[in-house]
Amino acid sequence: MEFVKPGTKIDFLGIRSFAFGLSGLVIAAGIVSIILHGGLNYGIDFAGGTLVQVKFLEPTQVETIKENLASIGLDRSLVQRFGEKGENEYLIRVEKSVSDLEDLSGQIEGTLQEAYGKSGVEIRRTEMVGPKVGKDLRKKGILAIVYALIGILIYITWRFEFIFAVGAVIALAHDVIITVGAFSIANKEFTLPIVAAILTIIGYSLNDTIVVYDRIRENRRKARREPFAKIMNSSINETLSRTILTSLTTLIVVVILFIFGGGVIHDFAFALMVGVLVGTYSSIFVASPIILTWQQRK
Amino acid sequence: MSRNLRWKLLLIIFITAVALIYLVPSVVGKIPGLLGRILPQDKIHLGLDLQGGMHLVLEVEAQKAVESYMERIKGDLKDDLKRKRIYAPIIERINGDQLSLEVLGEKEKFDEFIEDNYPVLIEIAAEDRGKYHKVILGIEKKQADFLKRYAVDQALETIRNRVDQFGVAEPDISPQGSDRILIQLPGIKDPQRALRLIGRTALLEFKLVDDEHSLQEALKGRVPEGDIILYQRRENQETGRVSKVPFLLKEKTLMTGEVLKDARVQFGDLNEPYVTLELDPRGAKMFDRITGQNVKKRLAIILDNNVYSAPEIRERISGGRAQITGIFSLDEARDLVIVLRAGALPAPVKILENRSVGPSLGKDLIDKGVKSIIIGGILVVLFMVTYYKISGAIADLALILNLILIMGALAGLRATLTLPGIAGIILTIGMAVDANVLIFERIREELRLGKTPRAAIDGGYSKAFLTIMDANVTTLIAAVVLFQFGTGPVKGFAVTLSIGIVASLFTALFVSRIVFEVILAKRKLKRVSI
Repeated sequence: MEFVKPGTKIDFLGIRSFAFGLSGLVIAAGIVSIILHGGLNYGIDFAGGTLVQVKFLEPTQVETIKENLASIGLDRSLVQRFGEKGENEYLIRVEKSVSDLEDLSGQIEGTLQEAYGKSGVEIRRTEMVGPKVGKDLRKKGILAIVYALIGILIYITWRFEFIFAVGAVIALAHDVIITVGAFSIANKEFTLPIVAAILTIIGYSLNDTIVVYDRIRENRRKARREPFAKIMNSSINETLSRTILTSLTTLIVVVILFIFGGGVIHDFAFALMVGVLVGTYSSIFVASPIILTWQQRK
Repeated sequence: MSRNLRWKLLLIIFITAVALIYLVPSVVGKIPGLLGRILPQDKIHLGLDLQGGMHLVLEVEAQKAVESYMERIKGDLKDDLKRKRIYAPIIERINGDQLSLEVLGEKEKFDEFIEDNYPVLIEIAAEDRGKYHKVILGIEKKQADFLKRYAVDQALETIRNRVDQFGVAEPDISPQGSDRILIQLPGIKDPQRALRLIGRTALLEFKLVDDEHSLQEALKGRVPEGDIILYQRRENQETGRVSKVPFLLKEKTLMTGEVLKDARVQFGDLNEPYVTLELDPRGAKMFDRITGQNVKKRLAIILDNNVYSAPEIRERISGGRAQITGIFSLDEARDLVIVLRAGALPAPVKILENRSVGPSLGKDLIDKGVKSIIIGGILVVLFMVTYYKISGAIADLALILNLILIMGALAGLRATLTLPGIAGIILTIGMAVDANVLIFERIREELRLGKTPRAAIDGGYSKAFLTIMDANVTTLIAAVVLFQFGTGPVKGFAVTLSIGIVASLFTALFVSRIVFEVILAKRKLKRVSI
């Protein structure tokens, strides 16, 4: 079986202005969304706060839960269904984090037990993150991404050329920004596992980009006289089959994860799904074309 | 088959066998008898998010230790100055850790006295105001730093003791940064109770009740000099309503929990629990003196600023025993004994982060994770066979081996498997086939150029090698950064991803190659099924 017939010659570089325009548009959409939402929708990992995951024995409503929480002044907390409908699981999120021993999750547990009976509710998970820790984690998350990019920049400069490293890092930044933007557009919470997902996307997309670069390096050695643009185009075409296949196998598992992984993993898989698609796109349409555009300008 | 090839095959079998042996405890459970003792016994260690438990980050408010030290100095200084006839009628603690004094008379005499007797104090400001000198004293930075460091060390030790007595299997209590403590308690059933036990300061104090002044007047805001008001918290067992009873106490602390030797739960006539305290010899002597000097007065027993009881001293007590009564449940009495035995925290702690996961949630997550791995794995395996035929089956073999190696390495390295870690394994499935895809595409290219099967396979592997290395090393860079910066669950993800990358390099570059070699050695291939 072959998805991409040998000898395929698509002029990827010829449509690079169009590709750059498309990328710019998507990036702009994400940034506009982030601005309209007043920043990223940080989960409690980064914003601080208290989160309680409760499983009820009997079906209940978000409104009923809120009414019950009103007695301890938490009626303004965020209550949302979690997981599938039949599971009767809800997330209760309160902005406040209380650092003394009169902890909020204990109060929530007590109030709900009063309303639903002691065996009617099960507290499955509670998380409290103080504002100080939230800030620390935010800093660490950004640093992690920056250090990863620097490490990659150095490695590619060593293995290829500096200009290739720049192209790769631009492609990666492109992927990260679009994924973060997609999170904002879908109004999903930005949490610690999402940072892990983004770093994975960096690793993955880079994988793709390196394969193409590797082929360019090889083809350039073989035919020194050919124009750079032509070498680049044939290299992208030659690796196209592999690019699509790997994206496909990775996508298969990520989609499975998205469907069967359950609540916590759900958003993580969403980030990976976006990232794999964007990463594949960028290794074809961004990473190499940007090098060409850069060199022609000079 | 060449000798070289046979050795390589043996190596693969050996590595697979080792991985499988490490997996035995996780899959089958403990094996009885001699065999069980020879084989490794570590199961794959599950993270708190998967097995349930509590993850706490506390901050020791070390500055408070410095402040209470200055508070003690203030008391001593007052007495000493009086004895030396240096008149400083007003001494106050200001800005947390400074003392403000109004010194009457000769300032030189005062300075000399401080220098000789309180070398840790330094003069921050002094002002001649005619009638008196206004002096601000601070604490030497070295001493303050020492106190802070000591407070954190001591808090760590105390919390360790409390957790040990509470009885948690495999707790992990470690310092983090300069003033933080990380506590991991796997499988804990009642996180609320554990939190109260760990986080409370448990400062036990004995103070006299001031019966000479009116409590009513004091409550109106006219608290007599040297007195304080503290409350007794009473909870009605039936209605759960909390009431507070005020007490007017002498501020001076006569004795603290430092002199405690042991504490025990006892039961009274109505089977109500109470706590008996046994004092060490120094404490017994102190208690003997205190009770002897204050017969007919009431002695309040205070824990963390909450008055537990204030019985009247009927006679001198010399046995070194005291008791705390008060209305509490058996659990409360037991926890009280634990904190009293372990001693007080030198400074209060603040909870920065608290994550608890119930055991049922973890089981759910594992089930879903395993289900995803199986479904995703099967789909990828089927896809590879459809697309690459027999070669695809070889890649599948490498993939399955890859999974076995990852799990075996997790058990062998005693790494922790977390929920994102499971996600990492699933992702590895997707990416592990990538190396084989790269090789197979190369082999196809070589075949198209009209090369023989042997040459095409050799060419495919050697040309893809560098690409695969470059691609994986860069992913590994991301994984290592993740490990450095991540906490708990994210670290788990980095671990499985890194192991997965290394394992897939081995299976794709080495194992699948050997399988091809074996096939090539066995028969003369006319064409490659790819």
